Amino acid sequence: MDFRADQIERYSRHILLQDIGVEGQEKISNGKVLVIGAGGLGAPVLLYLAAAGVGRLGVIDGDVVDVSNLQRQVIHFTPDVGKPKVLSAKEKIEQINPDVEVVAYHEFFTADNAFDLISGYDFIVDGTDNFPVKFLINDACVLGGKPFSHGGILRFEGQTLTHLPGTACYRCAFHSPPPPNAVPTCSQAGVLGAIAGMLGTIQAAEALKFLTGTGDLLTNRLLSFQAKSMHFRTVTIRKNPHCPVCGEHPVITGLHEAEQAACELKKR
Amino acid sequence: MSKIRVNGEEQEITLPLSLGELIKQNDVSQPNMVSIQVNGAFVFREKYDETSVNEGDEVDFLYFMGGGC
Ligand SMILES: [Zn+2]
Repeated sequence: MDFRADQIERYSRHILLQDIGVEGQEKISNGKVLVIGAGGLGAPVLLYLAAAGVGRLGVIDGDVVDVSNLQRQVIHFTPDVGKPKVLSAKEKIEQINPDVEVVAYHEFFTADNAFDLISGYDFIVDGTDNFPVKFLINDACVLGGKPFSHGGILRFEGQTLTHLPGTACYRCAFHSPPPPNAVPTCSQAGVLGAIAGMLGTIQAAEALKFLTGTGDLLTNRLLSFQAKSMHFRTVTIRKNPHCPVCGEHPVITGLHEAEQAACELKKR
Repeated sequence: MSKIRVNGEEQEITLPLSLGELIKQNDVSQPNMVSIQVNGAFVFREKYDETSVNEGDEVDFLYFMGGGC
């Protein structure tokens, strides 16, 4: 890939980095990342990956922009209320960086479309807001052999883990979704807007590290933070031999629609 | 008194103690809200009451966080 003069200029701060350079920027520019959810986490992930010049950015979300989203979903602006989130996101990405090819899917991520969707991408980012879909993304990526970043936020807290084929997965640590309503969602319990930015930018950095092969990913480690005390902690997560999807005797060998998904989505 | 570490911080406990009791002592109102590792190994939710805590154990409460939107 030959960069034009304006691209060399645009990406100069990446090119200057010893660990990235022109070669790393080429990898970013040839990279394909799917962001599931164009909400609180998806917004910063998409903004930073667009600015970084990721070659193809897929974004999937079946929702439209609601006024209550604007407190944290920084890719959507006030005039976007009522517009499909994926269209609102696509418009911003194209303004930030016309080099990026945006593929907008105005639908939800389901057991039926999961494998098809992830197959066209190098790295997947979970920016969803409910457990059934988080577990579905995990299962699809583990079974489909795709690297992905898990992210979750609530109130003043966030957590994230990166999975590569062969490393611990989300189920290794969390096994199965908690009973419905045992754990409140952001729409029930609230979330400090900036928390979405704190966690989403970590996920974006992981995606860029993955594409460029830079540094150590958050594999076999769960990073969590509590912003009230600004305490960050990383816990080692081992690949769990009893994991239902990646363990020694997996019981999950295909994808199934989570029953809870529909009602969770309606509540948003 | 015996010493263990809970989420990286030292805690003094009186043995014998089950994981289920440790959860209560740590004010985890709903055990459903956490996933637990003892010395880096995942413990099934159904086994909290029959799993005993030992001197020097490293216990991690990993909280479910489902938000993102
Ligand atoms: Zn696993």
